[in-house]
Amino acid sequence: MNADTVILILVATITAGVPLIFAALGELVVEKSGVLNLGVEGMMIVGAISGFMVAAESGQLWLGVLAGAGAGMLMALIFAFITLTLMANQVATGLALTIFGIGLSAYMGQAYSSVALEGIKSLHIPLLSDLPVLGQLLFSYDPLVYLALLLFPLLVWFLYHSRGGLVLRAIGESPTSAHALGYPVIRIRYLAVLFGGAMAGIGGAYLSLAYTPLWSEGMTAGRGWIALALVVFATWRPGRVLLGAFLFGGVTIAQFHVQGLGVDIPSQFLSMLPYLATIAVLVLISRNAKTIRLNAPASLGQAFHREVH
Amino acid sequence: MLFKLQPRPQPSQRMVWLSPLLAIALMLLVGMVIFTLLGQSPLKAFHAFFIEPINDMYGLGELLIKASPLALIALGLSVGFRANVWNIGAEGQLTIGAIAAGGVALWFYESDSAWVLPLMFMAGALGGMVWAAIPAVLRTRFHTSEILVSLMLVYVAQLLLSWLVHGPWRDPDGFGFPQSRQFTESAILPIMLEGTRTHAGIWLTLIALVMVFVFMRWSVVAFQMRVAGLAPRAADYAGFNAKRTIWIGLLTGGAAAGIAGMNEIAGPIGQLSMPLSPGYGFAAIIVAFVGRLHPIGILLASLLMALLYLGGESAQMQLALPAAVSGVFQGLLLFFLLATDVLIHFRLTPTWRSKA
Repeated sequence: MNADTVILILVATITAGVPLIFAALGELVVEKSGVLNLGVEGMMIVGAISGFMVAAESGQLWLGVLAGAGAGMLMALIFAFITLTLMANQVATGLALTIFGIGLSAYMGQAYSSVALEGIKSLHIPLLSDLPVLGQLLFSYDPLVYLALLLFPLLVWFLYHSRGGLVLRAIGESPTSAHALGYPVIRIRYLAVLFGGAMAGIGGAYLSLAYTPLWSEGMTAGRGWIALALVVFATWRPGRVLLGAFLFGGVTIAQFHVQGLGVDIPSQFLSMLPYLATIAVLVLISRNAKTIRLNAPASLGQAFHREVH
Repeated sequence: MLFKLQPRPQPSQRMVWLSPLLAIALMLLVGMVIFTLLGQSPLKAFHAFFIEPINDMYGLGELLIKASPLALIALGLSVGFRANVWNIGAEGQLTIGAIAAGGVALWFYESDSAWVLPLMFMAGALGGMVWAAIPAVLRTRFHTSEILVSLMLVYVAQLLLSWLVHGPWRDPDGFGFPQSRQFTESAILPIMLEGTRTHAGIWLTLIALVMVFVFMRWSVVAFQMRVAGLAPRAADYAGFNAKRTIWIGLLTGGAAAGIAGMNEIAGPIGQLSMPLSPGYGFAAIIVAFVGRLHPIGILLASLLMALLYLGGESAQMQLALPAAVSGVFQGLLLFFLLATDVLIHFRLTPTWRSKA
């Protein structure tokens, strides 16, 4: 392995982590408000195909990204209405959203499986992109990568240094008290769920417009579920979500390079790595019962109605 | 005029049974609207989707073949769901069950022993149980979420199957297609009705139905598990074994899914190939919920869900719609069911001014 290969691997790791960053940071906000949405995979894949369709039809990649966000939000709206307004079981509704999304995306995408698209190009920043090594390592990405990295500090600021974030976290810990204080619990949870949907949609659109600019059925390949696992792994802290996303980006990329090293392992076993790694980190994190209990939002997954406590 | 949800003093028993019917009606209605928007005649689409597939004996046989794995897996899952044990990796357990049973069939290739099928059955059940035991161990030992673990294992199981049918178990005369050899006579379930593809595996589903019915109705363990699901702290206080609940909940689903996997390869498929199932493991979750986690309800829901699958295939042939449309219907059905369930605990009352 020479230095160039190492740089290539690092760059690929960052881009592989980006869809996870979007989806997992979105879900983090949702869960902070006390809602558990297991439909991330469904929202992501509908975002992926919607973004691809709009970009292919209009020729505007950025319109595609917006469409991905919008589609993810629409999916989240279905979830929000059933779980927040009609107070249905969140686990079952999230599962339904994923099953629905996978079916819907296959249906929408049947005419697009052979369409070629020029993906989102990396941004050339004058001077910075031309730096040796650093230029490639830090300034050779497409705008969505920078957006994902910008999302992180914004979210940290919102959650921990703004009033809105404080209210959101209060609702996640105790909707009853927040309601008693006069905060609109359901409305704020709606907003959180919609934000999560938009982020999952963008994560999906990143896959179909930048990461691998094409549409193939089931192309999210469990990334939505890995994003959910990342939130648990991060014990609901944004910084660790970022760390976890890059870790998984690395595992995803590693499988392509292990074969390059001449190690003779069937490709299927290498493809298992991200899933096995997810299980491994979940075990490590949840090993100590207190870790989860003390960090998870106290009302996670419970329905709220102001007349029933 | 707007509506307000008012809590009922008691859950409505009538709505428990009405809401699935309401959900089916709503799904059909929305389905018709979707077909109209797609430029199809709703009546023609309805006929192609729900009547055409089952208007002869062969079609009814196909309905049973599809309903059988759905009901079997849903029955197994319902035992866990009642106790709040969320095994959603049945698709993976089905795959491993099929791999184990397929291994037996290939091992005894061209043997004509009567023991091959019973061995395949046991291997299938064991395979599914082993795969479900992983989330069970991790949940009871390390408090790891069984939802995420069982789901991750679906992808692992499918990759394992992919490796086997592309590699060591590939049919030497299969022109390089990713599939195993066609099983020989002794590894194939006998046909029950002439002129259809209905196989003896359907009996296994019926036996499971009776077993789960008896278990839920008359066993103390089932009662304890239900309490554990409804009121975990009460169950702890009463000294009910929480770990046992998780183990039973996961293993029942795993065994059922594994047997379903064995039935698929020894029944309609007759070999190991990719993909094994059109998402039975996930659709069974919907079947379990629509059937109210009750054996009889599950039986009815599995027939409906099987019809959605057949309708999807028939719509593909007659209306040039992709088969994936049945996934859309499945999702819609569960959405409507979850939405109408609110009426069990709440009453809709009209209000004349909006109150957010």
